Amino acid sequence: MELTQELVIEPQKKETVNVSGSVALLEALIAEGTETIFGYPGGAIMPIYDALYDYNDRLNHILVRHEQGGIHAGQGYARSSGKVGVVFATSGPGATNLITGLADAQIDSTPLVCITGQVFAHLLGTDAFQETDVINITTPVTKWNYQVTDANEIPEVIAKAFYIAKSGRPGPVLIDITKNAQIQKFDFEGYVKCNHIRSYRPKPIVRHTYIEQAAALINNAKKPFILFGQGVLLGSAEQEFKTFVEKSGIPAAWTILGAGAIPTDHPLNVGMLGMHGNYGPNVLTNECDVLIAIGMRFDDRVTGRLDKYARQAQVIHLDIDPAEIDKNVKSTVPVWGDCKETLPLLTKLVEAKQHTEWLALFNDYTRKEVEAVIHKELNPESGEMTMGEVINQLNEITKGEAIIVTDVGQHQMVACRYAKLNNTRSNITSGGLGTMGFALPAAIGAKFGAQDKTVVAIIGDGGVQMTIQELGTIMQSGVDVKIIILNNRFLGMVRQWQELFNERRYSFVDIQSPDFVAVAAAYRIAGKRIDEREQLIPALTEMLNNKGSFLLEVMVTKENNVFPMVPQGCSVSEIRLK
Amino acid sequence: MSEQLTDKQEYNITVYTENQIGLLNRIAIIFTRRKINIDSLNTSPSEIESIHRFNIVITESEDVVRKLCRQIEKQVEVLKVYYHTNADVIWQELALYKVSTDIIAEKVSVERLLRENGARAVVIRKDYTVFETTGHREETDQLIKILQPFGLIEFVRSARVAIIKDSEGFNSKLREFERLEPGEDVYENEYLNKGEKVFTM
Ligand SMILES: Cc1ncc(C[n+]2csc(CCOP(=O)(O)OP(=O)(O)O)c2C)c(N)n1
Repeated sequence: MELTQELVIEPQKKETVNVSGSVALLEALIAEGTETIFGYPGGAIMPIYDALYDYNDRLNHILVRHEQGGIHAGQGYARSSGKVGVVFATSGPGATNLITGLADAQIDSTPLVCITGQVFAHLLGTDAFQETDVINITTPVTKWNYQVTDANEIPEVIAKAFYIAKSGRPGPVLIDITKNAQIQKFDFEGYVKCNHIRSYRPKPIVRHTYIEQAAALINNAKKPFILFGQGVLLGSAEQEFKTFVEKSGIPAAWTILGAGAIPTDHPLNVGMLGMHGNYGPNVLTNECDVLIAIGMRFDDRVTGRLDKYARQAQVIHLDIDPAEIDKNVKSTVPVWGDCKETLPLLTKLVEAKQHTEWLALFNDYTRKEVEAVIHKELNPESGEMTMGEVINQLNEITKGEAIIVTDVGQHQMVACRYAKLNNTRSNITSGGLGTMGFALPAAIGAKFGAQDKTVVAIIGDGGVQMTIQELGTIMQSGVDVKIIILNNRFLGMVRQWQELFNERRYSFVDIQSPDFVAVAAAYRIAGKRIDEREQLIPALTEMLNNKGSFLLEVMVTKENNVFPMVPQGCSVSEIRLK
Repeated sequence: MSEQLTDKQEYNITVYTENQIGLLNRIAIIFTRRKINIDSLNTSPSEIESIHRFNIVITESEDVVRKLCRQIEKQVEVLKVYYHTNADVIWQELALYKVSTDIIAEKVSVERLLRENGARAVVIRKDYTVFETTGHREETDQLIKILQPFGLIEFVRSARVAIIKDSEGFNSKLREFERLEPGEDVYENEYLNKGEKVFTM
């Protein structure tokens, strides 16, 4: 079927084409620029899959091995490309398998449109085969959701779904389509994109008085400090941000999701915030006089104990979501708006400065951290390899050009702390939800979203076993993903907490693994396992030079801890170096 | 802690929304996930077709209420949210009382008490009479106390409805919304209840 041309009709012409709801859905996706769909079929979504059969040349469908893998792949795709990730799943178990990914995307503001099949409308509420109340289950973890029971609704609802998913503060949208609506034929009047909904204000109005107040505070500040988060990336405001930082001369530190908004080795980039962030940014948060938070939400992993967080500072908070302002940290000046619009206004009003002494203070702390932690981590004396040195060598070879996708645990903190990122959208990790099992499927999606980039997934021996079935997706789709398993034979991060806070009572953190290289081989994926330092550079080189995917298992120190660390319940200035 | 407790008072939250299935749930979740009890909730069509109005009463500090309102306003189908203290609104609850007609007829004093309490009869049947009164909680409670000794058979009270004292309210804004952007048709699902006749596969 070659419908696309005829179906996207100028709205005024009012010509119609008689099509099924399924065809209307696929046409709508194409009109929204969708190229890749991650999905898994089943009874209640079969009419859509049947229609998809004829769209092979225009829509690239990737058959995942589990719906959770599908949605994490959709997230990886969205995060690397800046576009909306599209995911298909069937009703019941298919839909419930999406929940973790929805929650992850919701908290990390990732734009997704998930389509689930649903039982026939006349069966709704009857506990029909594979019926679950998907709308109610997903309400708390979606930005918007809607159940379609009539094919006539499809074009408008899909247009709304894309608009809501990607505008303002992005997020996941779920559309549940009953089987009858997928089959039903109707007169399709042509697809009209949505750019306005009466009750929805994606961006708050920019108030210039606040910009002026913010500029005045910044201009009078002796020790101003910038905290930046994913808002900069989501607003595509990297350039505006860089100009602001460079003109104002203010040191800037990043949240884990803000990494890469400016290059890691930019002279004003002073490191990572939060529980396992860098020493200087954490301690100096409690010494700055003006704190400028840009597109970040003062997550508790960043603030530590709130009542001891930056009490001395005047706070300027720039955010697109008004509900974030004053939610955790009270701001002196709230700057509501899209930072792509607000930052240039602010830049115009701030004086060009260099805060040399203040910046030197950050560098002093960096020196202390290098001495106490970083040097040992990157240049270990013992025979065993550390996670840090693996990342460090990876940096050397990739020159900071790769997309780094991390799972959750010690390796995530190490990778985010040490990875060199020259480009935006090159750090993909599960921030707010901390979802183990995220990285392998997210890396698959990330590669589809940025095909010209090298994608390296860094995963723990625990996390990889949560979604290891997606090696099958790699095998079948032929996607080129480099996988590094940092194997410490423990659920490392939990073990670290048990060591530090539970008197080494190692309760169920000792995890056995299969022969990962053999598992990869069974999926026809090349691989190698190394346990000696001399093998590291050759193995990394082999992995990166390999045509197609490669799994590299690196045996690292069993009981290594990630430091610095702000222990739970402590203030950021109580960060521990050991 | 004690400081926070004394901060708490009743707040009237007014939410204007699209008439959309599932929205009640979306709004309710915002309270339940923070473990906040809703004291009273009323939802009804507003004066504008296709726009609904919620009145929600909770006992909380202003800081919490403000944050809640921002979260509610964030929902796609919510047009506008306001919050007010009791001092800022005029509010009423409706109560119905069912008592035995025999007893009422016998005891004239009851009638007088009802009159004094601003109640009126809605239904008078051989076996029972239903009275209605509107007012604040204490007022409708007062009548329960009075009727209890005479064998109150059944009692029901509505949620609170409140109107903002200040300003012209939201009406003109709503009219403007409606003029610029008429509400969308709500799709009725014509296939529900038609069963197997419509769909077989
Ligand atoms: C789905 C899920 N379950 C449990 C956790 C709790 N958790 C956080 S880190 C961690 C250990 C991760 O171990 P591993 O994948 O081996 O990585 P490492 O910390 O050793 O680098 C666990 C169990 C989680 N974040 N996500």
